[in-house]
Amino acid sequence: MSKIVSHNASIPQRLIGQDAPPTPSLARATFTVLWIPINGFLEWFGELGLFSWQVLRAAVRRPFEGQELLRQFDEIGSKSLPLVALAGAAIGFVLALESRSSLVRFGAQSMLPAALVYSIIHETGPIVTGLVVSGRVGAGIGAELGSMKVTEQIDAIEASGVNPYKFLALTRILACILVLPLLTIAADFCGVIFGWIAETLAEPISFTRFINQGFVGATFKDFLAPTFRTVVFGLIIGMVGCFQGMRTQGGTAGVGLSATSSVVLSSLFVILADVILVKIILVFFS
Amino acid sequence: MMGAAQQVLLGVEESAATPATETFGKRSPGPAAVVLRGLHKSFGSQKVLDGIDLTVKSGETLAMLGRSGTGKSVLLKLIIGLQRPDSGSIRVHDQEITCLGLDALNALRKNMGFLFQHAALYDSLSVEQNIAFPLKRHTKMTASERGDRVEQLLSSVGMESELKKMPSDISGGMQKRVGLARALALEPGILLLDEPTAGLDPITSGEINELILKLQEEHDMASIVVTHDLQSAKTIADRIALLHEGQVLIEGSFEDLEKSDNEFVSEFMKRDS
Repeated sequence: MSKIVSHNASIPQRLIGQDAPPTPSLARATFTVLWIPINGFLEWFGELGLFSWQVLRAAVRRPFEGQELLRQFDEIGSKSLPLVALAGAAIGFVLALESRSSLVRFGAQSMLPAALVYSIIHETGPIVTGLVVSGRVGAGIGAELGSMKVTEQIDAIEASGVNPYKFLALTRILACILVLPLLTIAADFCGVIFGWIAETLAEPISFTRFINQGFVGATFKDFLAPTFRTVVFGLIIGMVGCFQGMRTQGGTAGVGLSATSSVVLSSLFVILADVILVKIILVFFS
Repeated sequence: MMGAAQQVLLGVEESAATPATETFGKRSPGPAAVVLRGLHKSFGSQKVLDGIDLTVKSGETLAMLGRSGTGKSVLLKLIIGLQRPDSGSIRVHDQEITCLGLDALNALRKNMGFLFQHAALYDSLSVEQNIAFPLKRHTKMTASERGDRVEQLLSSVGMESELKKMPSDISGGMQKRVGLARALALEPGILLLDEPTAGLDPITSGEINELILKLQEEHDMASIVVTHDLQSAKTIADRIALLHEGQVLIEGSFEDLEKSDNEFVSEFMKRDS
């Protein structure tokens, strides 16, 4: 006891007094406020890394769940086709109308087919497809897996000796990776067709002539790199949707949150990836 | 290692010290199927299991009782490897599962059936596809053999006419039956049942209990049943373990629990009766 008294005696009175509790400094408070979101951000990436590792490990082990992969092709590919085609058609139509008024002003009306085709194939087609699919499929995957998580269906799959990372995540991610380029081709096709329709409504032009003018000077390289950039978009949409879905917590509210965050995060990452990949394509394929 | 709370019990010390003896069995139990020793599990600062010791033998049914949140469902998830313990040992058919890799664990899971509290049927698959799910992945059965097996399983749970229905189109009791049929699909040696009668009316609960008894007699499995339903525990279990504050407070027959003069045990038995 006497030791304790002697120890306290060496501490300034203001630190041990009851009426003067220690207050955190401003720097400490600021650090805490900043650290919480940073910590959450780092934690999210850490968990995403672990999730990716589990999916990668599952990818190289048998069985390969071919039937489930085909079902996901249908869910993600076939069922997204009408929406993607519609979005491509609308973009082609609007782009043709808007470009026409600008090009007429500068007397470059004959450049319209080339400008339209170049714009659709290089940028508009891939990014519109990426964003439309991230909206439809990202939300769908996030909500479906989230719902499975909170109703213990994912646990039931695991309990029956089946790897959920393979059966649920890998099949969806692979389907996204493989269908995105195909959907992009569909969006490009519809965009060009409806661009021609818009142009024909303003000033009739034959489809053959429109295509000939549109693809003048274009090479296979112009088409290949931008289209296959959507493989990365597919990876992002599948990975983020599955990750957000499989880490869902907290009942129906959690499912809603997973669906929303899947769309927001996958759209954001698709746009960021587009910026980076456009630069890479310009450096290596121009 | 015996929990400290067990030492205060009168009349059941012998059975608690040598769990799973033939003293309690309605049928004579075989070799140990599940052995838990010193099992600890916490979630953050919340200690859920604090040194669980239990043994369940083949052919024996153990009912786990306890208040909500005492870690009964967690215990089942630890046994099937859905969660990992903080410390302690889980031996399933003489194999330590706490250090098993995913492939070995999945191989072991084929010999375990799990009925989840809300059945956890795959809602994108029909009743038939739900039961065929483990058969398709773990057996070399042809489609027609699988179909026959699914029909046989559904018939054993009295659901043969609901083959093509979706889980959302059948009642809670029916979902439990389908879940039970799915858990039995691979003819497991160990059956884990999480609240098989929760949320069901007394008649359906009675039917489920009878069904579990019938299936136990047919399949001779080691079963662990988590329940709040004392009547259900009395009907289907050879032995009952009551969990309290993360430990097995008492372990014995239903009569042992009724006779216990431990305050919590008496209160628990009185409240439910």
